[in-house]
Amino acid sequence: MLDLLSGFVQELRNAGLPVSLTENLDAMEAVRHIPLEDRDAFKYALGATMVKNSAHWRSFETVFEVYFSLRGPEYKIVEGTEDELEQMWREMQEQMQQGEGKGSSGGMDSLTPEEIAQMLMKALMNGDQAMMRALAKQSVQRFAGMEPGRPVGGTYYLYRTLRNLDLDNMLQKLMEASKQETGSDLTALEERLEKDEYESRIDSFKKEIEAEIRRRLVADRGAEAMAKTLRKPLPEDVEFMHASRDEMQLLKKSLYPLTRKLAARLARKRRHGRKGPLDFRNTVRHSLSYGGIPAEPKFKQPRPSKPELMVVADISGSVAAFARFTLMLVYAMQNQFSKVRSFVFIDGIDEVTEYFKGTEDIGEAIHRVNTEADVVWVDGHSDYGHAFEVFWDRYGKSIGPKTTVLFLGDARNNYHASQAWVVQEVRKKARQVYWLNPEPKSYWNTGDSIVGEYAGHTDGAYECRNLRQLEAFVEKLA
Amino acid sequence: MEHRFSSVQQVRDGLRNVNYLADDGIAGVAFLADRLAKPILVEGPAGTGKTQLAKSVADMLGARLIRLQCYEGLDESKALYEWNYKKQLLRIQADRNSDSWNEVHDDIFSKEFLLTRPLLEAISAPDPVVLLIDEVDRVEVETEALLLEILSEYQVSIPELGTITATQIPMVFLTSNNTRELSEALKRRCLYLHVDYPSLEREKEIVLAKVPDITEHLADQVARIVRSIRLLDLKKSPSVSETLDWARTMMLLNIDSIDAQTAKETLHVLLKYQSDIAKASKELSVDLV
Repeated sequence: MLDLLSGFVQELRNAGLPVSLTENLDAMEAVRHIPLEDRDAFKYALGATMVKNSAHWRSFETVFEVYFSLRGPEYKIVEGTEDELEQMWREMQEQMQQGEGKGSSGGMDSLTPEEIAQMLMKALMNGDQAMMRALAKQSVQRFAGMEPGRPVGGTYYLYRTLRNLDLDNMLQKLMEASKQETGSDLTALEERLEKDEYESRIDSFKKEIEAEIRRRLVADRGAEAMAKTLRKPLPEDVEFMHASRDEMQLLKKSLYPLTRKLAARLARKRRHGRKGPLDFRNTVRHSLSYGGIPAEPKFKQPRPSKPELMVVADISGSVAAFARFTLMLVYAMQNQFSKVRSFVFIDGIDEVTEYFKGTEDIGEAIHRVNTEADVVWVDGHSDYGHAFEVFWDRYGKSIGPKTTVLFLGDARNNYHASQAWVVQEVRKKARQVYWLNPEPKSYWNTGDSIVGEYAGHTDGAYECRNLRQLEAFVEKLA
Repeated sequence: MEHRFSSVQQVRDGLRNVNYLADDGIAGVAFLADRLAKPILVEGPAGTGKTQLAKSVADMLGARLIRLQCYEGLDESKALYEWNYKKQLLRIQADRNSDSWNEVHDDIFSKEFLLTRPLLEAISAPDPVVLLIDEVDRVEVETEALLLEILSEYQVSIPELGTITATQIPMVFLTSNNTRELSEALKRRCLYLHVDYPSLEREKEIVLAKVPDITEHLADQVARIVRSIRLLDLKKSPSVSETLDWARTMMLLNIDSIDAQTAKETLHVLLKYQSDIAKASKELSVDLV
């Protein structure tokens, strides 16, 4: 047990979770008070003592699944309990026969994929957890085609299983079936609720399948090896440029609390910074209560000027996600700046400040940026040089000594002219100029990246691959 | 040491009796907190019953709830203890004519002149207490240090008086709305509990338990609509307390089945941003457009 737990802690640390020694000891202490056969209680005991940040919970869950997935009666692997499953299968068939009045004889191998799909549909409609779990097991066994020792990732098996089950059409079918069952026409609201219900059930079924595949892989390869392949970065460490759709969702979710935190921190910093100069009038006013002796000196509140911000972002394919994120972050905390103007470009440039005005919904504005902004000049391949030239011509005049200019992009210029003089000129007029690059520093200035040419004219070029780095930069900026 | 709870199930049932529906995680962590004699740090979105948890546990144990509301600028004279200067002054003046200075000197720093504030009160109380330190993320990082001694050792050191150790270890809850990252030192001393929006079934049960006379059908509808709304990408998702308010609204309006029109008209109980309301009503009432 001790070995297992210390291996588990080691893996948590590898995944980036800060688990201290005392927390480790607490966990050991905690599991002594928990009945070991209760898997959920065990999980919460470990979670409560070792994971102190809700954003890390997902990573913890994955590691936990890998390490402890083979323990607990209902999570046994299929091969070991062939009889049990077969019995369950028979029961289900009996149910089928009663329900459908159709005789399908023989063991489970005789079931056609269509029949499995039908059973699945039934299970989904009734929200039958046990049946869904059994079906997940069965479909993985039948469709995934897993072979011991085969060096393929879990996603491959997942894809194979799901392709055979055709879950995308399942929702449609379910909706139709439920319509027939109730007989009456559903109102749009009810239909919508129904749909959400089925979606969540299908989702949980997918999770079942994933878990089943993971269990089998762990049994095949051992926990350590699996943990390594499944290791996912924490939300703040996910790279913008390579984020999957799920990870993007996660990032978006963690963006809002982040801006709140940042804003609170900045406001505090402003207030608690240095004190302002002596406020003579106020001091004299207060001296009256001490009989005219200025016993309590009063100081003026310092009013640090809020910077004016101009964001110039490359939104061509490779770095679009990063630009979107930075724009979202900047606008979510725009009250920290006196004014924010934003420009997007690919090979042409367009101002998009308007899209963010008068709307509370930043997501909507970003969507408009992506669809409506006029950023293509010739062929829609990044041309920093041309975009910058136009920027200078059209908006150069509005850069003032209070303005901070932010360039976002990987500076992969497709071998066009760099026109770095624009950045140089901008720097002469602006308070500060920064360059944020979502690429790892080791890739800078390789291939058609010419970030070095621009960076020389800025006050700093920063690598900004994940939320953590972006957060650090924004705090420095405001 | 005597334990308050004998099993996780007991915690769960006890909480249910005082109308707080705990899930496995909540009950499990509360149980562990008692066994390990550690405070619980409760985090989660606003309005998911973090403060209510502490209240309910106090209720269930029949203990007194001592609450320390945190805010910016909280200091030890408001959180821990303070000397009662006025009384000390009176004491000195009353003895002005006698020359027993030594006596007075010792006397004015005795317990009689000590004003206990919530934290000190919690550990010196003879009766069972539950200490709730609410919205701990509102104090500055430096002030957090005030809490450390009491949270790990259950004692308070007063320079003039010595160390006051707890007569009994109280249950301690800290809540945080996550407006800033708490310090490692504080987190390390606590068990961590993240309270999220409840699942569909649990929310329905909560509505049934908290809103008297509501029909099962209506509760089910409320819970399902709220879940659908939470799936949308909103600025602020409806909290449990807002769900309850909404269910009560339905009761007051004598509605026993929600249709798109009523939902749309009462949406402002659930959502507090105009853009959110617009989005939700657009999503929910497809047929009205």
